[in-house]
Amino acid sequence: MSEVSAPKPLLEIKDLAITFSTPEGPVNAVRNANLTVMPGETVAIVGESGSGKSTTALSAIGLLPGNGKVSAGQILFDGEDLAQAPEKRFVELRGNHIGMVPQDPMSNLNPVWKIGFQVKETLKANGLAGDKPNERVAQVLADAGLPNPAARANQYPHEFSGGMRQRALIAIGLACRPRLLIADEPTSALDVTVQQQILDHLDTMTSELGTAVLLITHDLGLAAERAEKVIVMYKGQVVESGPALELLRNPQHPYTKRLINSAPSLAAKQGVEVKTPHEEQAAKNDNVLEVKDLTKVFDIRKGFGRKDKFTAVDKVSFAVPRGTTTAVVGESGSGKSTIAQMVLNLLEPTSGEITFDGQKMSKLSEKELFKFRRRVQPIFQDPYGSLDPMYSIYRTIEEPLRIHGIGSTAEREKKVRELLDQVSMPASTMHRFPNELSGGQRQRIAIARALALQPEMIVCDEAVSALDVLVQAQVLELLQQLQDELGLTYLFITHDLAVVRQIADDVVVMERGKMVEHASTDEVFTSAQSDYTRNLLNAIPGATLL
Amino acid sequence: MISFVLKRFLQLIPVFIGATLLVYFLVFATPGDPIAALSGGKPMSPAVEDALRAQYNLDKPFWVQYGLYLKNLFTFDLGMSFSGQEVKDLLARAFPVTARLAVIAMAIEAVFGIIFGVIAGMRKGKIFDSTVLVLSLLVIAVPTFVLGFVLQVVVGVQLGWAKPTVSGQATWGELILPGLVLGLVSFAYVLRLTRTSVIENKTADYVRTATAKGLSRPRVITVHILRNSLIPVVTYLGADLGALMGGAIVTEGIFNVPGIGNLLFKAIRFGETPTVVAIVGVLVIIFVVANLVVDMLYALLDPRIRYA
Amino acid sequence: MPENLTPNPEAGAPRGKREGKVSNYKIEHFVAPISETPLQGVDAVKETGKPLSMWAEAWRSLRKRPLFIISSILIVAIIVVAALPNLFTSVDPTHCVLENSNGPAVSGHPMGYNFQGCDIYSRAIYGTRASLMVGVFTTILTVLLGTTIGALAGYYGGWLDAVLARLGDVFFALPLILGAIIMMQLPVFRDNKSPWTVIVTLAVFGWPQIARIARGAVIEVRNADFVTASRALGLSRFKALLRHVVPNSLAPIIVVSTVNLGVYIVAEATLSFIGVGLPPDIMSWGNDIASAQTQLRSNPMVLMWPALFLSVTVLSFIMLGDAVRDALDPKARKGA
Repeated sequence: MSEVSAPKPLLEIKDLAITFSTPEGPVNAVRNANLTVMPGETVAIVGESGSGKSTTALSAIGLLPGNGKVSAGQILFDGEDLAQAPEKRFVELRGNHIGMVPQDPMSNLNPVWKIGFQVKETLKANGLAGDKPNERVAQVLADAGLPNPAARANQYPHEFSGGMRQRALIAIGLACRPRLLIADEPTSALDVTVQQQILDHLDTMTSELGTAVLLITHDLGLAAERAEKVIVMYKGQVVESGPALELLRNPQHPYTKRLINSAPSLAAKQGVEVKTPHEEQAAKNDNVLEVKDLTKVFDIRKGFGRKDKFTAVDKVSFAVPRGTTTAVVGESGSGKSTIAQMVLNLLEPTSGEITFDGQKMSKLSEKELFKFRRRVQPIFQDPYGSLDPMYSIYRTIEEPLRIHGIGSTAEREKKVRELLDQVSMPASTMHRFPNELSGGQRQRIAIARALALQPEMIVCDEAVSALDVLVQAQVLELLQQLQDELGLTYLFITHDLAVVRQIADDVVVMERGKMVEHASTDEVFTSAQSDYTRNLLNAIPGATLL
Repeated sequence: MISFVLKRFLQLIPVFIGATLLVYFLVFATPGDPIAALSGGKPMSPAVEDALRAQYNLDKPFWVQYGLYLKNLFTFDLGMSFSGQEVKDLLARAFPVTARLAVIAMAIEAVFGIIFGVIAGMRKGKIFDSTVLVLSLLVIAVPTFVLGFVLQVVVGVQLGWAKPTVSGQATWGELILPGLVLGLVSFAYVLRLTRTSVIENKTADYVRTATAKGLSRPRVITVHILRNSLIPVVTYLGADLGALMGGAIVTEGIFNVPGIGNLLFKAIRFGETPTVVAIVGVLVIIFVVANLVVDMLYALLDPRIRYA
Repeated sequence: MPENLTPNPEAGAPRGKREGKVSNYKIEHFVAPISETPLQGVDAVKETGKPLSMWAEAWRSLRKRPLFIISSILIVAIIVVAALPNLFTSVDPTHCVLENSNGPAVSGHPMGYNFQGCDIYSRAIYGTRASLMVGVFTTILTVLLGTTIGALAGYYGGWLDAVLARLGDVFFALPLILGAIIMMQLPVFRDNKSPWTVIVTLAVFGWPQIARIARGAVIEVRNADFVTASRALGLSRFKALLRHVVPNSLAPIIVVSTVNLGVYIVAEATLSFIGVGLPPDIMSWGNDIASAQTQLRSNPMVLMWPALFLSVTVLSFIMLGDAVRDALDPKARKGA
């Protein structure tokens, strides 16, 4: 135990309160927040959306939105209080003392300037460009793990992949060797394997430079894995803070406990309720869905009539037994959503056959297709996009009944009430509009709408990916419960292997259009056959901690 | 980049053909005698009538007529006005005047529109912003010709700061007042567009990141906010060239500027349809070419377009 | 209660990255008192307050805006004037006495007389109808035509889009005034000038703008999950366009059309001024302004009065458009 004598904190936030002025009056986004970051240390702030985690961190670099201000408390950076510091002081500090890596790699690089230019202006603004700025730029990009940096510097952001862009942003954040780096969800928009690489790299760089990191994340597992210290925020307040592993293994505050119980990556290891397999159903050999040699080839136009072929799904075969859940897992570009589209008959396969309940879909007439629509229903990822904002909840759920001419007005209303009850929403919700509901509630409404036609199968395309962990757990539980009650079959498309553990009986792992693994969930988690699956499993943050 | 230019150019061909065909069709393919249509219902000397028949090849099938019309357009063989002058010569004299007028109007709307728009956008909701917004609404609401008359009387006659009408030479100095009138409405639109665009961009993620890098405020505003806000403004300015041509008819009429607009204005007043058709044809060519130039500029400003 | 972590026995052992980090510093384990940080239900449903549709919400924010209140009062007044001009003046606008030529304001004739000796106020009141009619019907026509064409092009894409987009470009390539000049040279139009010829002319060259906006809005909406969901529920492609896509694309069209209504009134006046708009025997602000220009220097008010009526009308519609834009724009609503 090497204890440093009289360590001086690099950043110390004391009793911080941040207020936003809104048309409806002031809103307290953060109250009584305290945190300390020692030099070279990584501190993670964990919380759901709206918990005030980003707001707290951004106040330290003077980047609160225009209507927000520090209303009380101190932000001590190296002993200097920045709570009411003028913009001029922040301009001096930003870049070379406090750096930032933002969340969304797609929107944080200016699309009209070359990457090199954007790195160079950072160096210049902080007087670190030197006599050969271009070489310096290449060096900074190389440090961030960008291959072929000199050529890359000459490209525009849209020519970079998401992971590349995030590396460029890390290069910019660390270009001027700041003492503190604020990393705001730096990898949440990326695939798990890319996420792991980038975080590893960030770790190496910051420990070489001796940079302290304030890591903001919604993922407790990731926080525990990457930080020495974890701070849990809830509704603008710090509810618990402490050493990462200690906090993870021995949570005290009920909110922290709740978070740990709900986090799929952690729950799986804890022996908390994991999906009980539906072995009886599987044994009956009664498959609702059979997919055989399914292939989808897209033409990519390259101008002047030239075309490239892109195989999104390549000879995929699997079967889904009635009353069970099969998860299709893969990273972006693996073809998993294309499979969902084809199963929903929204996209025509190039070759191969989809058989639903013994019927070959390619042979369906218009009329039979209309009937088929009733039996397979989708639930989509984006809770803000899946409900028509112009339709009241009642009209939304009633629409499928109306389309298929089911029941009288009174019967339909009764049915809507039943459906709302099934998804645990109060009947009074039916006169409301989607914009008045939260993401999780919208997802419930989407489930109710899907259930209206009493389908046999539901295709969930990343149905819980956009939700906060606690809400995600709640929706997953609802899906589970509905399956038990109604004997539904799920095809569950997801990028998140951790979630699979909680919901699926069988798993199909996809990599670049090809199926690399197809086995029961237990088999995949205990004895994965392909390297790719093992990589995916390893990349689940926090999985190795408990 | 080259393939982009080529693609845009190819796309313009159907537009150009369509637009000229539309003009041609409107004049010649309507029921009745095209010569009667061309004369505007006025009696014509047989010599003029013959000249028109020859000019528009009225004895040939429609497609041939149209083809020859296009050929005439490109060779600037635009025929004679009723007063016996070559339309080509009339245009050659009027064009430089209108070009000067358009340059002045464009400069006013672009420079002041963008500067005011940026300041207003950066100070959204403050006094400067509100004042400028109200003024821009007023400018849009008052028709150009009313503004023209008012400025002519106030600035030209009562204050005597500028000549109320323009001489035959139409020097740059004389054209400032008409240019201001011509550019005023577009100035208001440019201002509003720039303002909206700045307001949208200043909260963009990449602007926050640029600030976080330690850039100074002026640099963030010019290099990141302004640069990106210019993209829609440039597109608007290009499209606006057409509106300027239309506006020039009114402005040149009021200030008696001897430009293309005035020529067109008089040709309409005197019912000289052949001259009108010839001038509009030329204007369409200018407009289509200008749009191509704007597309290039647009691609230069936005790399995403260039490589798309 | 805050407890100091006792030195971790594992800290000295070599640890890989994936096993978490242990600090060299002493870290306090802080737990906030539960009384201060009470747990709330996960994702509780708000059951208080009246349900609000998007339109209702826009309306609620709209009716508080001064810009909206002023402009809508003005517009209602203008509509009343256009519908019932005789309520506002008892003077016959066509009763012109040359003796009164350019006469000053006298009792009963608050704005004086024009060159022909007609009452300016009465003419301005009676001129409202033609101007407003041109604005309203041109807007209706452009919205119908533009939305239909733009929505079909954007929704179905492919060759239909290419053809319709080029068609729009052709009309776009002719600036409104130039195009209108050509149109009005047509014998059919030239010899039958009426408000309707002006309306048709303006609509023919005005629709591509709306079509472009509609196309853009439809493209943004057509791939929304709720459209795909309704297709999966069994709704036909065309019905999905009608029931989900078009209603969700209307906001920008409404905003632009409101502003356009004013712009078309100006365009009519400009055309009348050039001599290719309304026939001289129809009373309109544009005609009155055009005929006033000859004596502008001797009696400028003859021009100013109808110009004022015109400007206030146009200003009302533009202000209304601005207010509606702010109310309908979700980004502006958040106050970001």
